[in-house]
Amino acid sequence: MIKAENLTKKYDEFTAVDSINFEVEKGEIFAFLGPNGAGKTTTIKMLTTLTKPTSGTVQLNGFNPVESPDDARKSFGIVFQDQSLDDELTAWENMEFHGVLYGVEKKLRRERIEQLMKFVELWDRKNDLVKTFSGGMKRRLEIARGLLHHPKIFFLDEPTLGLDPQTRNHMWEYIKKLRQEEGTTIFFTTHYMEEAEKNSDRIAIIDHGKIVARGTAGELKQQTSTDSLEAAFLSLTGKDIRDEHATGADHMRMRRRMWHR
Amino acid sequence: MQTIYILWLRQLKRYSRSRARIIGSLAQPLLFLVALGFGFGPIYQKAGGGNYIQFLAPGIIGMSVLFTAVFTGIEIIWDRQFGFLKETMVAPVTRLKIMFGRTLGGATVATIQGVVVFLLSLIAGFRPVSWLGLFPAMLVMFLTALLFTALGTAIASTLDDMQGFQLIMNFVIMPVFFLSGALFPLDGLPPVIMLVARFDPLSYGIDGLRWALIGLTHFGFGQDLAILTAVTAVLLAVGSYLFSKIEI
Repeated sequence: MIKAENLTKKYDEFTAVDSINFEVEKGEIFAFLGPNGAGKTTTIKMLTTLTKPTSGTVQLNGFNPVESPDDARKSFGIVFQDQSLDDELTAWENMEFHGVLYGVEKKLRRERIEQLMKFVELWDRKNDLVKTFSGGMKRRLEIARGLLHHPKIFFLDEPTLGLDPQTRNHMWEYIKKLRQEEGTTIFFTTHYMEEAEKNSDRIAIIDHGKIVARGTAGELKQQTSTDSLEAAFLSLTGKDIRDEHATGADHMRMRRRMWHR
Repeated sequence: MQTIYILWLRQLKRYSRSRARIIGSLAQPLLFLVALGFGFGPIYQKAGGGNYIQFLAPGIIGMSVLFTAVFTGIEIIWDRQFGFLKETMVAPVTRLKIMFGRTLGGATVATIQGVVVFLLSLIAGFRPVSWLGLFPAMLVMFLTALLFTALGTAIASTLDDMQGFQLIMNFVIMPVFFLSGALFPLDGLPPVIMLVARFDPLSYGIDGLRWALIGLTHFGFGQDLAILTAVTAVLLAVGSYLFSKIEI
């Protein structure tokens, strides 16, 4: 369903994503993990037509986002890392706007808007301006909105940030139900390792723009001989910190050598 | 068609909900009209120009259309900062349609603003020679609004944040306004100023408004319409191109 081949994004001299390859099957829940600045969001931007790759290709539901952006765009829904609602519109208007943009036929659109807004428990606030909502309410509305056109692929960039455990569980239940009923493919990033472990079929870990490990949570734990995904994650991406320690020690060693000379 | 409509509707809803913005954007033209109109009125009269309020009002209407239009075009920067632009950019709608819907919405808002300023100018003592002139006047307002919304969109597409906004105000919008003949007649000007005014698209908008409302024209109504249409078409094309190049 999603396929990335030698996907690369360079900003001037900085390589944000460095020739990564991965494939996500239809109906799979795929967790894309990595420390801050590892290249997760850049990858999602390339997958979702917001940024063009410097080199390499993407296949999304069989479409290349660079060559046929509109077909690719029809195939997915997305919840962004940061807010993307119109504050000056009401919750219902935000949903309606999305439905029209995605060409969801009116009767179906109205039905789904009601169903989804009831699901995220915002139906009684439907006529309130979004700017009066709390962070968690906005997140819930964004999730509902991303699902409105029943996408084949659903991207979630740190979707549960700032959500309480109740809403988080509720959201995952719904996503899993959606996958069961419609075979939706889920691609998500998160910093909560338990969440990734509990909800994903497979995981890829990206660091410094490169995929450093992939597999099921169990496989990753085995690979690193750790007993939790968090420990596996740290052992795979923690190199950074050790490197810094090493350079610190290098400096000290050098200074000592200079003093002794 | 439906997508263009919903994007248009969004601009209108945003406008009608920001009361502070509406009041703020009406205070400025009113101030210009009262201060300049009554301040320079006696001198204008002595110089044999007739009633200055009559002459000034179409210029001020043009000014408010200009400001509102550029501002709604530039709003893309806000949308970018507040994230909403991403939502429209990942939607399966061509960028051309997005740009078109937004621009039509912005132009409608600016035209409404122009009509409101026209009504305000009536309070200040302005009287159009014929009420039928309001129809061609609204056509000119809409064309001018379309032109400058497209310009605002084009400029905003190349900017990442609001830092450049002040620059645009001072180096684009203010010169466009002051050198357009909104405040003074274009006849008998020094050649340099006249040359600049000829290249200023707002000159034709205001000239068109004067023709429609007070029957006075420098370029001729036909030329006004032709130039406004041509420049609008070019700016829409440029704006669409720049807008389609936006990467987030």
